[in-house]
Amino acid sequence: MIEVKNIEKSFGDSKILKGISTIFETGKTNLIIGQSGSGKTVLLKSLLGIHHPEVGTIEFDGRVYSTLEDDEKRELRTEIGMVFQGSALFDSMTVSENVAFPLRMFTNNNKAQIKERVDFVLERVALKDAHSKLPSEISGGMQKRVAIARAIVNKPKYLFCDEPNSGLDPNTSILIDNLIREITEEYDITTVINTHDMNSVMEIGDNILFLKNGLKEWQGTKEEIFKTDNQAVVDFVYSSNLFRKVREAYLKE
Amino acid sequence: MMLIRYISQVGKYFLMLKEIFSKQTKWSVMRNLIFKEIDDLIIGSLGIVAFISFFVGGVVAIQTALNLTNPLIPKYLIGFATRQSVILEFAPTFISVIMAGKMGSFITSSIGTMRVTEQIDALEVMGVNSLNYLVFPKIIALLFYPFLIGISMFLGILGGWMAGVYGGFTSSAEFINGAQMQFIPFHIIYAFIKTFIFAMLLATIPSFHGYYMKGGALEVGKASTVSFVWTSVSIILFNYILTQLLLGS
Repeated sequence: MIEVKNIEKSFGDSKILKGISTIFETGKTNLIIGQSGSGKTVLLKSLLGIHHPEVGTIEFDGRVYSTLEDDEKRELRTEIGMVFQGSALFDSMTVSENVAFPLRMFTNNNKAQIKERVDFVLERVALKDAHSKLPSEISGGMQKRVAIARAIVNKPKYLFCDEPNSGLDPNTSILIDNLIREITEEYDITTVINTHDMNSVMEIGDNILFLKNGLKEWQGTKEEIFKTDNQAVVDFVYSSNLFRKVREAYLKE
Repeated sequence: MMLIRYISQVGKYFLMLKEIFSKQTKWSVMRNLIFKEIDDLIIGSLGIVAFISFFVGGVVAIQTALNLTNPLIPKYLIGFATRQSVILEFAPTFISVIMAGKMGSFITSSIGTMRVTEQIDALEVMGVNSLNYLVFPKIIALLFYPFLIGISMFLGILGGWMAGVYGGFTSSAEFINGAQMQFIPFHIIYAFIKTFIFAMLLATIPSFHGYYMKGGALEVGKASTVSFVWTSVSIILFNYILTQLLLGS
């Protein structure tokens, strides 16, 4: 579980996060949504320790990040898996070398053990035939799956995803969403996803945090988001005709 | 204002140097990275260094010969001038400026591309000291840079000998006699001290410009250009300082 307590973050004179408190629960897919500039990415990067909030604390299962020693922070980071928007795979490494990277860096596993784990994880993301390919030789959807495999290979406790569906076709998006949800439940990890994709919200939003102008505007589940009367959420989530009709149909049932 | 920005950049550069040597990457991983960098930076530069050294050495010999119009000046000076030019300045300094373009732009663009595509963020999020992972192997690889310069010295003088002898400007015996004349072993030490310092500049300044770049693909190109300019300026500046310190009376 990750507990965020009243965090504030500014860049120059501009205050981006204005006192956000929330809990991201273990074994659930926690989604952060909101318009561009609402503070989603800053919140995610604060959780990752890339940004340092001026006020407030972030606790990883009781460990307050800002009070940890450097070694403890690095140790905590080995418990984190991250899927970047552009996948961020290492260009010079093959798919299996990318996936093996965290194991080579942070474990004392021998080659056979690493290979066994890499094979297992690549099979889990349905990429067992892509071992020796370079990232430039595979599609965007496959790159995302490799990024997920790399993120989970060292059995993380926390999984962060930044726009995991951006640039993907609808079928691949659903595949990635389902994969993330299955992995979250299977390994009982705390997953936090920053997304603009409303399909993801409807499909895998166990816990949805809606940000507006750096503040927590609303929080609830995918079922609750259909029933909410919060106008800001309604305007954002149901901005398209299709989603408005889906909502109307859901409310009629 | 501009001065403050430059001073701030210099400060940031030294903080980067400190960070490079903290929290070392696992040796089994680092060893492979070092071998890869030696291959990319040193072995990959052998061809161009050999080509330039051989022909510039030849040009130095020809130019010297053509300027010795007085029949009282002995021909062995061609070998002497070629040796001195190549060992003292051409191999350590001129080749380093060329390497600021070749190695430097390679280093800046490869690290810059990793920054743009969030690969450096990925390393940091995993708990890897990205500066140590990316820059330390380059520093170790460039400890072999004097080897490259040694080859440049040899080929420069060889090129001078071939151009001098086969161009009909001097005899082989005269050239070799000149090349051995008044040889001061400290000049070799001086050249390699310079080479070592230039190697450190070549590894770290382009890395600095790549690591701290902001923006997209266009900015990677700009960062490579800026990196080449600053690495060259630093090499020329340090060349003057070191020459004054080591050879000045």
